[in-house]
Amino acid sequence: MISVDIEIKLKAYHGGQLLKIKRQFVSGSVTKIWGPSGSGKTTLLKMIAGLSAPRKGKIVADGITWFDDEQLINLSPQKRHIGFVFQNYALFPNMTVQQHLEYASNDTDWIKRLLQLGQLDNFTTHKPDHLSGGQQQRLAILRALATKPKLLLMDEPFSALDSKMKTLLMEELKPLIKQLGATTIIVSHNLQELEIFDGEVMNFEGLV
Amino acid sequence: MDLSPIWLTLKLAGITTLLLLLIGLPFAWWLSRGRSFIKIIAEAIITMPLVLPPSVLGFYLLLAFSPQHGLGKWLHDTFDVQLVFSFPGLILASVIYSVPFMVGPVKSALQQLPGSLTEASYTLGKTEWQTFRYVLLPNIKPSLLTAAVLTFAHTLGEFGVVLMIGGNIPGITRVASIAVYDSVEKMDYASANNYSLILFSITFVLVIAVFMFNKYQAKGPLA
Repeated sequence: MISVDIEIKLKAYHGGQLLKIKRQFVSGSVTKIWGPSGSGKTTLLKMIAGLSAPRKGKIVADGITWFDDEQLINLSPQKRHIGFVFQNYALFPNMTVQQHLEYASNDTDWIKRLLQLGQLDNFTTHKPDHLSGGQQQRLAILRALATKPKLLLMDEPFSALDSKMKTLLMEELKPLIKQLGATTIIVSHNLQELEIFDGEVMNFEGLV
Repeated sequence: MDLSPIWLTLKLAGITTLLLLLIGLPFAWWLSRGRSFIKIIAEAIITMPLVLPPSVLGFYLLLAFSPQHGLGKWLHDTFDVQLVFSFPGLILASVIYSVPFMVGPVKSALQQLPGSLTEASYTLGKTEWQTFRYVLLPNIKPSLLTAAVLTFAHTLGEFGVVLMIGGNIPGITRVASIAVYDSVEKMDYASANNYSLILFSITFVLVIAVFMFNKYQAKGPLA
């Protein structure tokens, strides 16, 4: 169970805007976050991941405090053991597909399985600039899964995939996430594409 | 023709470049991470050799290294090390003089990398050092090479600082640029031309190599 009770200050053209979020994410559940650009969806993911800090509040995961402004606790991203799929993929230009996964994990069987899942097993020696947009996005998802995270945070993870690949990947991802028992939070501007995942919808529209 | 000034110059440039790689990389990385008043001051100090006349820098280094004053006196009394008119003194002066040529390009390259690369590495459980070593450093290779070559080439051409700190002691501090000056003073234009031609050729080849490498790298994703 991940409990989030935070206050975020969002940057806006006319000064900052405050966004209060109080939510509990049940272990193993999928939460779909939907909302317009600039509504704080990505900011929330980054704060849960420890990549930026809320203005104030508390984030507790399975009884461990990740963030508490009063107790001055702010666990580093490395210690939170999360998987993060970045909107811009954030792939390492110097690494091949295989090296991306090896950088994240030593489990060769798991890496092999992920490569098959993402249909990248024939592209293991390719670097990101020699992959299509869809392949890059799949690699970003596979890399996030490589560490077998207990919390998977995905920021617009399917936006660059064509509808066929999107359906295929999501169908394969679903049991994999279930098997990992990972609590999953997916941010998307297109709620329809996430219909395949059972889970609650968190609507950011009108929050700010 | 006495080639010792050329060898001494190459030795000085090589050691300076190696030392600056060791010192400059972590320093550039520190500077690239956010802004603070201390960092602004630090950056201003290391930029000074770019704008100060070499003789001014050389004069202050001469005072600092002098066995009669502060640092120089302490080094002399404690370790029996004399920096003025010695090769180690030349190395230290060259490191200080060339610091912006190493730190500047590396810092800019690190700042241009998307912050999400570092963030992605952190979410994979990697430490700051692992992220620097396996993600950041390999992705700034062209800038790193440019910085190293610029530092090397700049050290080859040092004159003012070298003259102030090292003087003109054959085999110890008489580097090629000093040898050119010395030859011209003696009206020995043939020797001056030989030294100049060798320096010109070396630096030209280095600069061409950097341009060629960067052109090849420009096909990469970070171009």
